Amino acid sequence: MDLDLSSAEPFRAEARDWLRTHVPAVPLPSLETAEGFAAHRAWERELYDARLSVVSWPARYGGRDASPLEWLVFEEEYHAAGAPGRVGQNGVSLLAPTLFAHGTPEQLERILPPMASGEVVWAQAWSEPEAGSDLASLRATATRVDGGWRLNGQKTWSSRAAFADRGFGPFRSDSQAERHRGLTYLMFSLDAEGLTRRPIGRLDGRPAFAELFFDDVFVPDADVVGAPGDGWRVAMSTTGDERGLTLRSPGRFTAAADRLVALWRERADPADGALLDRVADAWIRARAYRLKGFETVSRTDGAGAESSVNKVFWSELDLALHETALDLLGPDGELAGEWLEGYVFSLAGPIYAGTNEIQRNVIAERVLGLPRGPR
Amino acid sequence: MKFVLDAGQRLFGETLHRLLAGADTPAVIRARACGDPEPCRALWRSLAEAGVLAPAVPEAAGGAGPLPVELVTAFHELGRHAAPGPLAETAAAAELLVRLGGSSGDGPGGGPPTGRSPDGGPSTGGPGDEPGGGPGGDGLTAEWLPRIAEGTAAVSLVLPPAVPYALDADLADAVWVVDGDRLCEAVPGAARSSLDPARRLSPVAAGTVLASGPAVRAAAEAACDLGTLACTAQLVGLGRRLLEATVEYALARHQFGQPIGAFQAVKHRLADTLVGLEYARPLVYGAALAYGSPDFPRDVSAAKAAASEAAYAAARTALQVHGAIGYTDEYDLGLWIRRARALHTAWGSPALHRARVVAALTGSRSPVPPMPSPR
Repeated sequence: MDLDLSSAEPFRAEARDWLRTHVPAVPLPSLETAEGFAAHRAWERELYDARLSVVSWPARYGGRDASPLEWLVFEEEYHAAGAPGRVGQNGVSLLAPTLFAHGTPEQLERILPPMASGEVVWAQAWSEPEAGSDLASLRATATRVDGGWRLNGQKTWSSRAAFADRGFGPFRSDSQAERHRGLTYLMFSLDAEGLTRRPIGRLDGRPAFAELFFDDVFVPDADVVGAPGDGWRVAMSTTGDERGLTLRSPGRFTAAADRLVALWRERADPADGALLDRVADAWIRARAYRLKGFETVSRTDGAGAESSVNKVFWSELDLALHETALDLLGPDGELAGEWLEGYVFSLAGPIYAGTNEIQRNVIAERVLGLPRGPR
Repeated sequence: MKFVLDAGQRLFGETLHRLLAGADTPAVIRARACGDPEPCRALWRSLAEAGVLAPAVPEAAGGAGPLPVELVTAFHELGRHAAPGPLAETAAAAELLVRLGGSSGDGPGGGPPTGRSPDGGPSTGGPGDEPGGGPGGDGLTAEWLPRIAEGTAAVSLVLPPAVPYALDADLADAVWVVDGDRLCEAVPGAARSSLDPARRLSPVAAGTVLASGPAVRAAAEAACDLGTLACTAQLVGLGRRLLEATVEYALARHQFGQPIGAFQAVKHRLADTLVGLEYARPLVYGAALAYGSPDFPRDVSAAKAAASEAAYAAARTALQVHGAIGYTDEYDLGLWIRRARALHTAWGSPALHRARVVAALTGSRSPVPPMPSPR
């Protein structure tokens, strides 16, 4: 057993060097605004041109075949440098792994490079008004037509969909089949004829997500992921990524913990033991998440339901980091700024990607083997 | 002993509840956020007519005070309906004026008002009954106290460091800042937006001196305690509304074929929220009854720490149980969720108040550290 990171150090040095000269000195405008979205898209292109936007992907799709350890190290450098949030994250972290597992070679060639460059930004379209935690009750339909499918119904809470280009998610393609069966996983243009999107403001008013209304939206067969009717299995392979390491890398939290310690040094009353405890705890938990990440990428067996363990941990850590920062800021905590924006973002963590209540059920039932509760 | 509201106090609370329920406070807040302050001003007038600020103003000046229990009752309803405007700030200003007006002839710091007797009996008259010759304070008192009572004066009072910004300076008829032992007209700078769209916070510079001397410092300490008490009552009211609305939602929202309130994960969280609020409320009323006694600052701080935590926990529970809908700008409950975060650290963070409690309990000779002096 060792914690020898030396195999990743050359890449760390290269990334650090590049980031030092390229990260914008002034933070980009919030990516949940039209202006900020465009600025973040341009930043993705800059990363792509340096082959840093999707380091762990194969080179043929725009990556550099980085090892999982190199990816972890890159993420540490990226967040420590205070680099912009990743507008393409939902495509890169949620759709791409699904395509690697279930996509056709044609889909990979066609979809991945423009995803990697930010030319096409993807939004996840899973939830519906009546299908949140109970995703399998979804009702939006895909109907077989000549050469493809027609989509009807509604999706909601689609992150980034206010400004993104394309969406992906499961639709009910067989109304006779039992809930988890009869779903088909589809990709579609958010500008397609028959699709209406209505941006929804999150708690700070910014349109971080949208409602999507489908009225006979046509999707060609080429944009089905996996086999028709196999959408639940395809979707579940994405939830592992969504809850696991790839969506929320440790570097994000270790960098935030370091910033919190700096804030403590700058603002805190050293005699305030309770806040000191919380700063220390946040730092300790960020370190634990980092080490757990090294353990995860060292393992050869699959993580499976353990991605739920991961999701509970990072979402609650993110919230604790930001709540502590706001409390440290005292009366300044409610004022617009970087910590407040991070706090608003962190508030959603225990809700999206499967609520933490659902994750705890998964942990109890699939990891610990406790009996399935009534539902 | 009867540690519950009497019939008259209950009636006062119910009257305000009905008034506020009919006032559509979410619409008032949203109008204000869009730049229309008129509905806010109209609400202010009708609240003042209903006697919201009367408990903070002595009878001689047109009020009914000091009646701290009634004040708490009123502010509980204001919090329950998320009423906007510098309400606690104006109540604090009334206390400041009462102390300044009654400070002549007293020793440094003035004396505490007579207040209610410990058994909750009626006031035997306060020092505000006889405006004295404080250094510039008496004229101010004579001018502003009756206006506060009748609802024609909203005062945004700045009491650094606990209250470092002017709240809603644009809505206020006067903006004052206490700077050491001087009370000054405040010159507000550009307003900064808060997470709470109802709140606008302006940094201030001290302008014309309105009163000076040690009496100002003592009056400011008393004002800070009273403003904190009012804020504390608002927090409990906010938490109560958040809990009620969330229980209602947990009954109405179905997933997996049943109301989500049927799941233990949801039930237990709601039950914990109730427990927190049930034990915060007596601390708030207990503090009100300590008004005028040496324990008042300690008891206010105990109440603020507990009410902040209980209301913030209620907001977190409300958000988590509502899921994404609770995270949207357009859903009215989000206004309560955001207010709870803002008031969590307004009028002194829980950490500051815990420190004051411990100082009061352990410092045999040193007085409780007053809030309006730098830590």
